[in-house]
Amino acid sequence: MKIDFNAMLDTLPIMGKGMLGIFLVTGVIILTIVLLNWLTSPRKKKSSDQDSQQDK
Amino acid sequence: MAELFSNFGNITWQQVVMWVIGAILIILAIKKQMEPTLLLPMGFGAILVNLPLSGAVTQIYEGAEEIGIIDVLFNSGIANELFPLLLFVGIGAMIDFGPLLSNPKLLIFGAAAQFGIFFTLSLASLFGFSLTDAASVAIIGAADGPTSIFVANYFGTDYMGAITVAAYSYMALVPIIQPPVIKLLTTKNERRIRMPYKPGNVTKTTRILFPIVITMITGIVSPRSVALIGFLMFGNLIRECGVLDNLSESAQKVLANLVTLFLGITIATKMQAAQFLTWDTLKIIALGLVAFIIDTAGGVLFAKFLNLFLKKDKKINPMIGAAGISAFPMSARVVHKMGLAEDNQNFLLMHSIGVNVSGQIASVIAGGLILNLVG
Repeated sequence: MKIDFNAMLDTLPIMGKGMLGIFLVTGVIILTIVLLNWLTSPRKKKSSDQDSQQDK
Repeated sequence: MAELFSNFGNITWQQVVMWVIGAILIILAIKKQMEPTLLLPMGFGAILVNLPLSGAVTQIYEGAEEIGIIDVLFNSGIANELFPLLLFVGIGAMIDFGPLLSNPKLLIFGAAAQFGIFFTLSLASLFGFSLTDAASVAIIGAADGPTSIFVANYFGTDYMGAITVAAYSYMALVPIIQPPVIKLLTTKNERRIRMPYKPGNVTKTTRILFPIVITMITGIVSPRSVALIGFLMFGNLIRECGVLDNLSESAQKVLANLVTLFLGITIATKMQAAQFLTWDTLKIIALGLVAFIIDTAGGVLFAKFLNLFLKKDKKINPMIGAAGISAFPMSARVVHKMGLAEDNQNFLLMHSIGVNVSGQIASVIAGGLILNLVG
């Protein structure tokens, strides 16, 4: 069986860049989801405040 | 009369071995119900293409080339990446990203569980595969059939048959592969950690915007993965938009079934004895197993690492990290069952489903990154 240590060593930067890339993209996606949830969630407090002001 | 039986003389022992492999795949599909939608057509296809002078694949008869229908299907459905992408529309329509959207932090485990891909890339290179072949073999670790086929085909590898057989077989074997790895890496107390499920409110607008925004982000970072992530998210957008229920149902059932039907038998063109019966195939089968094991270990160990920084009442059950491999939904079920086996009140399903769909996204991103970094 052919064993090629140099070829394996050549792939280590790809491994590093790949894992770094995947965590970075994942981080951006997590932030995006948090932002989407925040932007689209109903503002309960505000509307209930307005309701109570209208009642007054 | 002699002419009628003349083709018997063309049978080789390698073809007979492929018939046996085909029969084993069919038995596994029917008796054990292991990914039957793929393994059964592949098993039958393996027999079909390994009959002597099979007209199903391209042959030279009396000096003239006759194109076989399986090769026609391969060139028009897989060589141009059409089948895996169409299948992704169906898969996207099947996935509910709700648990992930309600707890987006889970996505990080999907990322960690892709380590097996990159580890296997190095290991395959060590064992003499060229960089593009090593990348094609490594993507078995995506635990995602269409992504494996897409990437392997992109690199034009000769090992498509072995890679696909390994990818789908190991996905079916997730309930056997994952538990021992998880048990080896976790203590009984860790497996008993309870995680209360507090679902957040996910609005319809978020569900609709999610597939669009993710396609844009992933597409900009990794342009070669646009087709993969785009078709997956297109299917999901059809599901979530609320006005295309008929299309969503068609994508989930009719489209997915139709493509799967032809995908399996078409892949079989790469299971011809001369290409398949090599030592490299055995190496690929072994490397695929390594990829699944390291994926599982990556997810579990990352969860354990995060636990070092979390307060006692906020600890994560490290088993959910294992669901980060994209084999959906088997991996989530495995983790849930293991949680219940340790503590019959420990319900991990919603967390593990969230991590599992994260794995689906992360595996596509990993596939795109492999295309960018190696291609």
